[in-house]
Amino acid sequence: MSGPSIRAEHLSKQYRITRVARSRNDGGSGASGLWQRARRAAEALKVQKPSELVWALHDVSFDVQQGEVIGIIGRNGAGKSTLLKVLARITEPTSGRAILNGRVGSLLEVGTGFHPELTGRENLYLSGAILGMRRAEVNRKFDEIVAFAEVERFLDTPVKRYSSGMYVRLAFAVAAHLEPEILLVDEVLAVGDAVFQKKCLGKMGDVATEGRTVLFVSHNLVAIQNLCQRALWVDAGRVGEVGSAGEVVAHYLASTRQAQTESTWEDPASAPGNERVRVRRIRVRPESGAPNDAISMDHSAVVEVEYWNLLPDSQLHVCWHFLTDHQVVAFTSASNELDPPGNQPWLAAGLYRSTCRIPGNLLNEGSYRLNLLLLRDGRKITYRLNDALSFDVVESGARAGSWFGREPGVLRPALEWTTEALQELAAP
Amino acid sequence: MLPIPETVIRGSARHYPTATVVERSRGWSSLGLRDVWDHRELLLFLVWREIQGAYRQTALGMSWLFLRPVVNMLLLSLVFGRLVQVPSDNIPYPLFSLAALLPWGFFSNAVLRSSRSLVDNMHVISKVYFPRLVIPLAGSASGLVDLAAAACVLVVALFFYRMPLRAEIVWLPLFTLVALGFSLAVGLWLATLSVRYRDVSFAVQFLLQAMMYISPVIYSVSLVPSSLRFIYELNPMTGVIQGYRWALFGLEPAPGLSFLFSSGLMLIGLISGAYVFRRTERTVVDIL
Repeated sequence: MSGPSIRAEHLSKQYRITRVARSRNDGGSGASGLWQRARRAAEALKVQKPSELVWALHDVSFDVQQGEVIGIIGRNGAGKSTLLKVLARITEPTSGRAILNGRVGSLLEVGTGFHPELTGRENLYLSGAILGMRRAEVNRKFDEIVAFAEVERFLDTPVKRYSSGMYVRLAFAVAAHLEPEILLVDEVLAVGDAVFQKKCLGKMGDVATEGRTVLFVSHNLVAIQNLCQRALWVDAGRVGEVGSAGEVVAHYLASTRQAQTESTWEDPASAPGNERVRVRRIRVRPESGAPNDAISMDHSAVVEVEYWNLLPDSQLHVCWHFLTDHQVVAFTSASNELDPPGNQPWLAAGLYRSTCRIPGNLLNEGSYRLNLLLLRDGRKITYRLNDALSFDVVESGARAGSWFGREPGVLRPALEWTTEALQELAAP
Repeated sequence: MLPIPETVIRGSARHYPTATVVERSRGWSSLGLRDVWDHRELLLFLVWREIQGAYRQTALGMSWLFLRPVVNMLLLSLVFGRLVQVPSDNIPYPLFSLAALLPWGFFSNAVLRSSRSLVDNMHVISKVYFPRLVIPLAGSASGLVDLAAAACVLVVALFFYRMPLRAEIVWLPLFTLVALGFSLAVGLWLATLSVRYRDVSFAVQFLLQAMMYISPVIYSVSLVPSSLRFIYELNPMTGVIQGYRWALFGLEPAPGLSFLFSSGLMLIGLISGAYVFRRTERTVVDIL
């Protein structure tokens, strides 16, 4: 087949957001109320109420070549799902058009059409029919689907008794064995355990190598980078950028970073602090980079604070609290921790900078916040600045097996492993 | 327990368009019946799910299909046959009422299911594409399963009363078809309305109750004054029920011109309903 597999030309989708008419609720009671309601309902049909129009998609154009896997990224509500729904013919575009060459399969939800009272076997056929598979086709792939889903023993159990994991596995297995020329997938991989997610992503990779076209909407940027050659960034209903997956993801990330990696106060009179100390600048950055650069998991970063010491001969120290985005303290570190007690330096009045180096391979990927504490005389807090800085640690992709999502945990150290053979078994 | 539906599509692979064009449809588009035909297997599955799902984890299971017409017949016979002594044109009242309960039970189930089908299947509609007409079609068609079960009950009853089978029963499928068409016409209009007004699910109960009283389910057409006959027979279900009684017991009058006329009305309702439904289906996902 020549030409693009999917071609979208100026696709737009407008939604009318009508505020839920109050008249439905505040109508009086009794016969007159009923009459009034009926009249209002009739008026609502005649007159278009003033309502807000929202462009969920605006002038979206792009081509996808056959056999290409393209990832769609963007913030929540940017229009990713709307785009997918329009392409899947679930809802019509307001203007523009799209041409899809080949059989289209869409996987917008896991378990579409499952009936809880029916058994796994029955749902397998039902779901197949809803997704567009013929019964003969399901028959042919039946064993393969069941094996993929790992539910052999529960085939004749109603799916309402399934664990959520089993349910998802069966549902995905049916969809994965649909053989469309164009597959539209929405975030279905957000469910299921890591092992199964990996299996699903692997299956999608297979689909792509078989020359089919895949459109994949996901928040899992690592998966997007590993599975897709190209990515489409949807920003507020428009095409933000189309291009190689790595570049688009990097630009998208840069735009979404709401991290506060630097703050500067030039005037000592208004800078945060008190009569002892004022903060001039705080920032966090990769050790060999600027505050705007991404901090990757396997490279070291530095946290700096510059402050004016206003009183001569004072003992001042800096302490940072590292918090996860769930407000859990990951660890703390103070500038005087390693000094011998009773032997702390005395500072003259002036401007100072304290730098703390965070080694690579320590923090896991994720968002972190920093609380700044300024200490005097060893342990007394003289000034505290909460949420002083925040930053993201991003996955570097350097570690094997890391491509199917974030590992749990706050820390992600690179630890040493050895495996040695203890005994060889004779070949059977 | 019903078996999983057998393959209905044999021979060459299903027709798939080589290119799909997604764009806004304008005005009154076609009904897309070709697309519906391509999805007939799905239709069968949806009917099967409707029936199968409803009776799972009930103690009596599929027996309900038979129990309902039997209990209805017994109740009607007791109240209207015994107590009220409604004349039944010299046919034993149980048989007389059963002959009406067959098409009526079918019709009311079909209307009930097709009218709420869109709202009930919203989670599916919003996630996967197939011609939406399949959904109310499956709702109406699932009434045929009730009809088949009630027919078994009727055969037993005919045997019990030693009623001979008449040759005219070959007309029964025709009357059934009219009832199916009418249920679909009502169902399509109600399903379309239900998208905007959830009141429909309540209104449909009253509607069916009212329709039962203006159809000759518990009494005979001969009770209706001839001055009102014309208006009375505009209701297609009147002709259908009368047709059943005529085919089964030879009760006059046989459905004639007025039946053709009401069937014509039904067709108009059906076609307009289908077009209105098609027009709503484009934006149904955005509204619900």
